[in-house]
Amino acid sequence: MPTLEIEGRTFEVDEDGFLQDPALWNEEVARLFAKSEGIAEMTEEHWKVVNYVRNYYLEFNIAPMVRKLCKDTGFKLKKIYDLFPSGPAKGACKVAGLPKPTGCV
Amino acid sequence: MGKHKTPMLDELEKGPWPSFVSDIKQQAEKGKQALKDAPDDLLGVMELSYKDKVTHWKHGGIVGVFGYGGGVIGRYCDQPEKFPGVAHFHTMRVNQPASKFYSTKFLRDLCNLWERYGSGLTNMHGSTGDIIFLGTTTDNLERVFYDMTHELNQDLGGSGSNLRTPSCCVGLARCEWACYDTEEACHELTMEYQDELHRPAFPYKFKFKFDGCPNGCVAAIARADMSVIGTWKDDIRIDQAAVKAYVGGEIKPNGGAHAGKDWGKFDIVEEVVRLCPTGCMSWDGSTLKINNRECTRCMHCLNVMPRALRPGTETGASILFGAKAPILEGAQLSTLTIPFIRMEPPFEELKELVNKVWDWWMEEGKNRERLGELIQRESFQKFLEIMELSPDPRMVSEPRSNPYIFWKEEEVEGGWTRDIKDFRAKHQR
Repeated sequence: MPTLEIEGRTFEVDEDGFLQDPALWNEEVARLFAKSEGIAEMTEEHWKVVNYVRNYYLEFNIAPMVRKLCKDTGFKLKKIYDLFPSGPAKGACKVAGLPKPTGCV
Repeated sequence: MGKHKTPMLDELEKGPWPSFVSDIKQQAEKGKQALKDAPDDLLGVMELSYKDKVTHWKHGGIVGVFGYGGGVIGRYCDQPEKFPGVAHFHTMRVNQPASKFYSTKFLRDLCNLWERYGSGLTNMHGSTGDIIFLGTTTDNLERVFYDMTHELNQDLGGSGSNLRTPSCCVGLARCEWACYDTEEACHELTMEYQDELHRPAFPYKFKFKFDGCPNGCVAAIARADMSVIGTWKDDIRIDQAAVKAYVGGEIKPNGGAHAGKDWGKFDIVEEVVRLCPTGCMSWDGSTLKINNRECTRCMHCLNVMPRALRPGTETGASILFGAKAPILEGAQLSTLTIPFIRMEPPFEELKELVNKVWDWWMEEGKNRERLGELIQRESFQKFLEIMELSPDPRMVSEPRSNPYIFWKEEEVEGGWTRDIKDFRAKHQR
């Protein structure tokens, strides 16, 4: 099992760096994972996306489609990429502690 | 002798044909690639798959480069200890130049780049048209991307639920049948839709393909959600003297493509006139006549006698929508939607069509539903409504025997509620 080490903490992740145990997730973990996705600091706008993705996942057990994510957060796709340079699937979902999406976002 | 024993793969090297197994072995021997063991371990894992009759690649993976959501496909081997060289074996799609024109220097530079960061193995080209780089690790992705974009001025292609790399036939560059500039159209739309190409937000994949004429060298009609196929409005141009030269044997049919075997004397009636699918041609021994109103642009006569017959001069394209391979439903061809459109830069009319289609599909399409499947689910009438088009006999495959029209209530005088007795009193059957 690959691990990810950030600032002295070690997490079990899959090959693509997604957190294995969703129960471990909290805001501190999100901040640490954000660093591995090229995000220097989590702003309010980052949290808006992360919380939306996480709540959607907790409710429906699947990541939202990109279009829905843009509509519901009011952010254009370009804005999402500005916030999460690796994109909504790899970036936002990873920071939100979701398991690897299967081609939705 | 490679790292692994591969008796089954070795069978694929026998016979007179080129072999991908030999190609991979050649790269292993050459040994210049950054991922030293990748070619050997690729053969090893493939041999194991042949033995186990099951793939040893895991399902998908999410890797990529910053700023893009597509273009890189994650691949991981499920036997990484046995085959460490292909433990990570990500694919990168590189947007091919229009019509795949290369200088040898460019090809060498591409291969050197890939040996510097990957397995050295490529696939020229993938079925969508991209140059495919096979096999590298997550760490190397940004390095390849940086050098490729900065040194080679080349971009990644599409993957996932986005606009896939548009592709076109050789077009006006080399082909006398091209009815519009396929390269210009392909390039223009690629540049216009960079966002859609690199940042997936569609329900599923979407492909543009540009064929210069109905011969369809990139098979747009079979593979593209939007197929743009060159055509002409006026009459096929006939050079009667050249027709006679074909009949007399001075010019070889099909540009001499049937050399190597004696097929006997060219017979214009058997080989051209009687093969016309609509029977719109005749030959009286000295003049070839074509009833152009009946021509369905099958291209057969033009292909057989290219020096005698040429497409008309009023050229443009037909636009068809909805082709796809079998995934949810069976395979289907694109359906003719716009019989004729002028194809001149900057292709504004074409872009308007694209935007209308995408607005609808992105709103109504289910996850992983291709445009063709949405049209099937919601009906072609609905599609025409969205496109703001009126039905046309040319959209129906056999309009003379199958003139099917569904009327809507508002199109019928009195709607569904009018009294039939009243109506019959005035109009007898």
